[in-house]
Amino acid sequence: MCLAVPFQVKSIEGDYAHVEIGGVSRKVSIMLTPEVTVGDYILVHTGYAIAKIDEAEAQETLKLFDEYLEVVETE
Amino acid sequence: MKFLDEYRDPALAKRLVERIHSHSLHGLRVMEFCGGHTVAIMKYGLRQLLFPHVELLSGPGCPVCVTANAEIDKAIALAKKPEVILTTFGDMLKVPGSYSSLQKTRADGGDVRIVYSAQDALEIAQGNPDKRIVFLGIGFETTAPTIAASILEAQDRGIKNYCVLSLHKLCPPVIKALLDSGETKLDGIILPGHVSAIIGSHPYEFIPRDFGIGGVIAGFEPLDILLTVEMLVAQIEKIIAECVVFYANLRETT
Repeated sequence: MCLAVPFQVKSIEGDYAHVEIGGVSRKVSIMLTPEVTVGDYILVHTGYAIAKIDEAEAQETLKLFDEYLEVVETE
Repeated sequence: MKFLDEYRDPALAKRLVERIHSHSLHGLRVMEFCGGHTVAIMKYGLRQLLFPHVELLSGPGCPVCVTANAEIDKAIALAKKPEVILTTFGDMLKVPGSYSSLQKTRADGGDVRIVYSAQDALEIAQGNPDKRIVFLGIGFETTAPTIAASILEAQDRGIKNYCVLSLHKLCPPVIKALLDSGETKLDGIILPGHVSAIIGSHPYEFIPRDFGIGGVIAGFEPLDILLTVEMLVAQIEKIIAECVVFYANLRETT
């Protein structure tokens, strides 16, 4: 139940978005994240988008793993 | 799926595990509060990888498991009413109450239906205007707003036969009760990512302030969890305790 799954927004109709990931599509509510637009990645929990996923942020976080290790390994 | 392999990169995971093992500290007790983290820890064998330097303990963070018998009994009593269709997430079906479960109630003729989302319950309400549709509102902070949204939606759509039996619970008071009891000695806590996507990091600040241990808000991939453990161990080594956000979605909002 506590799972949240990332989806990409394909189209928007009022408070709803048609979303898709890996061939699975669904209609979800975007009432809690009105800022999302077509093409965005969103985190969906029990049929509702709870957060927008920032691609640049995900990339940035990945770099952080490496940078963190580089810093602590040379300490 | 994009980034999935990267967040499970074995080479980086190995470096993180080696780093954790390189600390001089042994037998540190770190609790993952959230059941979602427990699943990831089991799936990737992280508990064995980190032992004996760090002992990972599973916390009470599963809203299904912490539902009291009396609450299940209430749901069962409602499901037995002929005018009621009780809708619920599938997780709740087998959970025992004092004397029965929703699954048994359904076998005995009660109208209990599994839904994926509160939205599905709204559809059932619209399609059955002569019935009262009760949605079993189980969940922590992640789920509660979605169910609140379904109530607003019912109002907007003029659906008058939809109601929610709210059994929601909050995470920070549960963590506080656990630490207050003093029964479990902990050196750090891995805090739930999805819950924090809703509530931010502020409600956890009492953990370092009042109990002197660190907490890191983490995502659910193995690298997220390993780095979180490393950050907690590093805090203990430096004798500092703070609340840190290591969850990409949150950095902008907190």
